[in-house]
Amino acid sequence: MPRFETVARVIISYIMKQEFTVTVYTENQIGLLNRIAIMFSRRKINIESLNTSPSEIEGIHRFTIVINEVEEVVKKLARQIEKQVEVLKAYYNTNDEIVWQELALYKVPTDEIAEKVKVERLLREYGARAVVIRKDYTVFETTGQREEINKLIAVLEPYGLIEFVRSARVAIIKASSGFHSKLKEFEKKEPGEEVIENEYLGKGDQVFTM
Amino acid sequence: MSTIEKAPAKGKTEKKPAVKNISGSVAVLEAFLEEGVSTIFGYPGGAIMPIYDALYDYQEKLHHILVRHEQGATHAAQGYARSSGEVGVVFATSGPGATNLVTGLADAMIDSTPLVCVTGQVFAHLLGTDAFQETDVINITTPVTKWNYQVTDATEIPAVLAKAFYIARSGRPGPVLIDITKNAQIQKFDYEGYTKCDHVRSYRPAPIVRKEYVAEAAKLINEAQKPFVIFGQGVILGKAEQEFIKFIEKAGIPTAWTVMGLSAIPSDHPLNVGMLGMHGNYGPNVLTNECDVLIAIGMRFDDRVTGRLDKYAKQAKVIHLDIDPAEVDKNVKTTVPVWGDCKETLPMLTALVEQKVYPQWLQKFKDMMKEEEEACINPELNPTTEAMTMGEVIKTLNELTGGDAIIVTDVGQHQMVACRYAKFTNSKSNITSGGLGTMGFGLPAAIGAKVGAPKRTTVAIIGDGGFQMTLQELGTIMQTEIDVKILILNNQFLGMVRQWQQLFNDKRYSFVDIASPNFVTLASAYKIPGQSISKREDLKKALSEMLNTKGAYLLEVMVGKENNVFPMVPQGCSVAEIRLK
Repeated sequence: MPRFETVARVIISYIMKQEFTVTVYTENQIGLLNRIAIMFSRRKINIESLNTSPSEIEGIHRFTIVINEVEEVVKKLARQIEKQVEVLKAYYNTNDEIVWQELALYKVPTDEIAEKVKVERLLREYGARAVVIRKDYTVFETTGQREEINKLIAVLEPYGLIEFVRSARVAIIKASSGFHSKLKEFEKKEPGEEVIENEYLGKGDQVFTM
Repeated sequence: MSTIEKAPAKGKTEKKPAVKNISGSVAVLEAFLEEGVSTIFGYPGGAIMPIYDALYDYQEKLHHILVRHEQGATHAAQGYARSSGEVGVVFATSGPGATNLVTGLADAMIDSTPLVCVTGQVFAHLLGTDAFQETDVINITTPVTKWNYQVTDATEIPAVLAKAFYIARSGRPGPVLIDITKNAQIQKFDYEGYTKCDHVRSYRPAPIVRKEYVAEAAKLINEAQKPFVIFGQGVILGKAEQEFIKFIEKAGIPTAWTVMGLSAIPSDHPLNVGMLGMHGNYGPNVLTNECDVLIAIGMRFDDRVTGRLDKYAKQAKVIHLDIDPAEVDKNVKTTVPVWGDCKETLPMLTALVEQKVYPQWLQKFKDMMKEEEEACINPELNPTTEAMTMGEVIKTLNELTGGDAIIVTDVGQHQMVACRYAKFTNSKSNITSGGLGTMGFGLPAAIGAKVGAPKRTTVAIIGDGGFQMTLQELGTIMQTEIDVKILILNNQFLGMVRQWQQLFNDKRYSFVDIASPNFVTLASAYKIPGQSISKREDLKKALSEMLNTKGAYLLEVMVGKENNVFPMVPQGCSVAEIRLK
């Protein structure tokens, strides 16, 4: 008899859209960004945030892509991404399975802010720091999750926020033990146990995922 | 071409080939020879001229077939790949030459056909300047290639082509496009010989076979009362026909095929119960929803096979054997997946299944076939109408060829009729555009199929609509004297769309009435003999004349204008709701 939670999860996976972070390890190859991006656009899935950068291993790139979708779609999408020749591995995770941050910069008029705001309190409360202080403007920086960043916008807006920019999400997968050992297996012609992830029986949900 | 021979290295590496100074163009052709390529389908142009210049010296070793349109080159290469089991190779120039490849690439992608297409590109320093005949081929073809790559430096060419051939033919095959800028074609470099590629670290052609899942699958099969095997092109691509037949014969399971799987087992095999899908046979469709274990081998549950998904085989436990892990669970929920190359997994499964027969279950398919014969097959094969049917043409063709011919079809009603009624004794004999449904595929694919299997009779069965999409390839047939038998089944309509308009759009025949030229006169302009017939009594004689004529021949058979293909699973219906009328 399947547990209620399991049944619920399966149903949710088909009907409820939620935020997923897709992490893709790839070769560093021209054109690969397009090859990955069109996998989303072909299915009319909007990319909420996309970060691409070198990973912990030289020569291997890491994509962090945030989308809103139902789990069934994300699961199939991750497999299709992983099928691409220059993709080593694709994972997808819900927000509680990752540690994630965004970085934001806020440019405000210095006189306004110095006059009307208790700057030290502001910095402490929002974990922000001043990156640049000039006569005409000041740039604050903060890192955090979306709501925290949004809160600081709300605070600064009344004082004439000149410019604001937010980075893409970067995320660490809590359960991941890194990619070094996997890469070693990939480099072999006959990969060993390390990369066997095609678990299926009784764990249909975890096929090709961590 | 000057070659600088370097002294061989000392010691054990003495056998290492001497370093030669060659151009990128020569490196491309050397790579082809190393990969066993014998035929190239192509069309020259400005940006690929250095390669064509090099080809001038390789004419003896590399047979180049000049097509009349680059789309024809891709389809011909597909036909070649499908009849020979080798990689099809295409040359095209930049810009329009390259964009003309797109339809063929998309077709090869969805039907998993191994191709290596080499396109010329403008000089590297002109990239992005809107140079003459410059187009962004890499980005245009990204969604329709398994892999593509742009070469701007000749030294990359040997390794890139080695990778291209490896990727095209390994795992689930597919098309690869290599775009080479003109400077790289001209550039000379020190060529140290060719090393075939057998590993790319980010690419795993086949997943690891899990023995425990094979065992689990065997257990399900051994416990089944009404098992049913459905298979697709994977059996042919995996060159696993013998392994497959051993499996079904030991397990004694009724077996049905998809259009792409057709010809993998002989038509008269006692366990062959027919065709799946929209215009497939009655029994296989209805009984899909009655079997208790459904064993899908090398197929991908296309919507034309499954009909309405939420009513597809819901009662059955599903075993899915596939080389592509992304296919498992894509459309149909799997109970046990058997990942891997079926050439490897089928013998493992055969070893574990019990020798069995299911006479009552098999009889059910036979009974339903009787019903279908009365309702659809007999009227099609032995019509009492004045006008001929497509089915009787295929039937007569079967009698004359004995099922030994390669049948290449285009897309539409004639395709479904040919797949339903053509008989096969050899694998790799049914060549058709399955996934993409590309009208215009037939004629050029037949050219390639004949080149890929020169000893076999090749008949291209094409409708009057599809023929007019790529008929310029008659020029290719004329010039290269390729022995292709062209059989046009002319119903003076775009028949499949007309059938749908009749059944679902209240007979509002919207732009399906297509006029045709005099095909026989047209063929004669290309020095291809032919005739057109419209009377039943001429059929057998005309077909034998077609088959017995040396070289190409065009036979046009006028068939009933408003005949329909039945049975049919209407769109949005379950396979069990298949209509006989």
